[in-house]
Amino acid sequence: METERHDDASAPRRDVPAAISQWAPRAVTQIRGGVPWTIIEGRRDELKDLCRRLTRELGYSFATLVVEEIRFEWHINYIFWGDEKSGFVQVALRASGAQPRIPSISVPVHAADWHERETEDLFGLVFEGHPRLGDFVLHGHRPEGATPMRSGSIDEGTVSQEKISPWRPDRIVRAPGAFLMSIGPVYSDYAESARFLLETVGEDVIRVIPRLFYKYRGLEKAAQGRDPSDVLLMAERFSGTSAIAHSLAFCQAVETICKAKVPPRARALRVFLAELERCRHHVGAITEICGSTALAVATSQAAILEEELLRLCCQHTGHRYLFGLNALGGLTIDLPDETCRHLVGGVQDILRRLLELGEMLRFSSSFLDRLEEVGAVSKKDALAYGLVGPVARASGISRDLRVDLPYADYGPDRVTFRVPFEEEGDGYARLRIFITEAVQSAQMMQRVAQTLPRGEVRCPAFSAEPGAALGWSEAPRGATFHWVRIDKDGRLARYRVTTPSFTNWHGFHLAAEDFAFQDFPIIMATFGLSNAECDR
Amino acid sequence: MSKWVWKGMKTGKKTTGYPDVPETAAGVSPGLPEGATGTISAGRCPCSTDAGSQETQRMKPDIRRCLHCFRCHPSRSGQPDWQGGYEWAAATAADAQLGAAFSHSVHLRVVDAGACDACISEVKQIGKPYYNIHRLGFFLTPTPRHADVLLVVGPVPENMVLPLKKTFDAMPAPKRVVAAGTCALTGCVFGPNFTAGSGVADVIPVDVEVPGCPPPPLALVHALLVAVGRKPSASMAEKATKGERSRP
Repeated sequence: METERHDDASAPRRDVPAAISQWAPRAVTQIRGGVPWTIIEGRRDELKDLCRRLTRELGYSFATLVVEEIRFEWHINYIFWGDEKSGFVQVALRASGAQPRIPSISVPVHAADWHERETEDLFGLVFEGHPRLGDFVLHGHRPEGATPMRSGSIDEGTVSQEKISPWRPDRIVRAPGAFLMSIGPVYSDYAESARFLLETVGEDVIRVIPRLFYKYRGLEKAAQGRDPSDVLLMAERFSGTSAIAHSLAFCQAVETICKAKVPPRARALRVFLAELERCRHHVGAITEICGSTALAVATSQAAILEEELLRLCCQHTGHRYLFGLNALGGLTIDLPDETCRHLVGGVQDILRRLLELGEMLRFSSSFLDRLEEVGAVSKKDALAYGLVGPVARASGISRDLRVDLPYADYGPDRVTFRVPFEEEGDGYARLRIFITEAVQSAQMMQRVAQTLPRGEVRCPAFSAEPGAALGWSEAPRGATFHWVRIDKDGRLARYRVTTPSFTNWHGFHLAAEDFAFQDFPIIMATFGLSNAECDR
Repeated sequence: MSKWVWKGMKTGKKTTGYPDVPETAAGVSPGLPEGATGTISAGRCPCSTDAGSQETQRMKPDIRRCLHCFRCHPSRSGQPDWQGGYEWAAATAADAQLGAAFSHSVHLRVVDAGACDACISEVKQIGKPYYNIHRLGFFLTPTPRHADVLLVVGPVPENMVLPLKKTFDAMPAPKRVVAAGTCALTGCVFGPNFTAGSGVADVIPVDVEVPGCPPPPLALVHALLVAVGRKPSASMAEKATKGERSRP
């Protein structure tokens, strides 16, 4: 059951931090990273109720679950995000001992489900009341009970392949002729590695069981003990198609900790590059959607535009995927005003052709038949699963970090826009969102290029200070949150990354269930998710 | 549906002339640092084989490890020579190339062994109009049973070791493996760690290596041409010496 606040996003909000203090007197609100940040010391017995009220009554969304091991004590932080007025809420819980038992919040806050499963698998913390803990990130070849994210517990030895026992999901479809169809992890022409088990009695997919983390590269563990400038390379490279968004979130977290002042020109150019990346990503997503419906000419047309955007990026910034541009404290190079104008001109030309293509698609009935009313996600489900990005916006949730919690040069008096949203929540609504956002990105790039402040693009070198902060950005696929803690030696003690693909894969089954087999790849393409981004 | 036919014809030919003529369009390749010795000022060079001080570090880039951080790029105050181009693929052994029977019809299976998506995005492009590997006789196949060449991207994380081995074993001989991208060559920023590997060669024998983070589509096309013996292998600076392996 959802409250009215969820259904009417335009309703004026109360001063939410004040509302919290009414029923959580221990709450403390500060300003962090330019937005209100409320810390509530959680207690075991009231944790579930607290989290339920934050999401159901005050309109917060679950952002991330951060577990840290500090001085033999577990610091468990549930972070929720709201808007410019309500900011973030951090519910901080402490626990001690080797096997602490923590109440699961996933029943009232379903968005936390996969966060708790991941934490249980990697840290060995047990969430009481969670129905489905166990094998999740680490697959069968590691014994249950292995806890690689705990400090000092890394098993550096080689893994024996003999130990692999087949993983068996719980099947719930009991009907004559019911069977389990397995897809992946190596499937299709060049799909990313992931496995999907589809429960079916014939034509329709009744239940989808995603099996992810084939690509788990241990980003969060690998970052520990490393210099922030090294981790920046990882933040850029764990999800190459949204390098700017993730490196930006990481840089902003480190800059908040070290109180570094990013020069205005760098802030503006970061917006410029982030929008360029979003535009390229969305054109790529449209290529995939056309490809999934086997519309050959449209696929080729969209792929031509994608390649031209990649070449444009490389020509003006040096790299096709915009690697090596974000730096701690700004940018590594300045993009002269003229370069920005060239980029805007190039992007606008490509966008004009994208809109022509969109018009042709709009009148291709064979294409629309595959998308309309296929893979629909209701607004109620999208809210319960805390979906983000274009997927959420296609289901009527008009939320975007660039507007709700502005960073860099986003904000009402600088770069702003109307967050687009659609009501239907089907594949065609998601396609329309991709096209609308690509156009908006080009408009924002033009506005930034016209009003670029002068000056440096990087603040003077600063040394890393101990502390912790959250960095966030709206990646092309949705909201991403990077929690960074730097220790007294200036190295990373904890790096926790929550990505939009992780959040949205959780809700993917909502769209794919009760549709025919041949709709499955189309629904997957309209979600536009990345396993690299999800698995980390 | 005739509007789509008309649209396709109106767009005209976009495909590169490579390998008959070099591709000179801007932005097809980010380039690579050449094996020259230079200094960098910003942070540690992750691919340098010569560890120096944090401030002014001497560097000898190992292009098998280059991850395009651009810290040594002339625009970021480094001084090494930066080469354009894209013919980077190198065969790891003298008999790495498939014989003449495969020169104009090769089936290709792509395996994502933990790539960051940028490599996969570039692999997708080689089948699209600008590069169109079909004109060169390369065809993507969804099944390893029909594949002659296995194109692997990513550092091979623990969970992908078995699927990768099974895919390789399912391919009929003779077969060749192309490892594409810095992750597939050395593990890039991730491997080796407790779960990510340090490249494809630890799991299955590799015949052709192509560096780059990610390797641009033309470098991938070059790698495929090297695998079938239609282009000579690049000589990679500071390429790690590898022992002879028995080939299936």
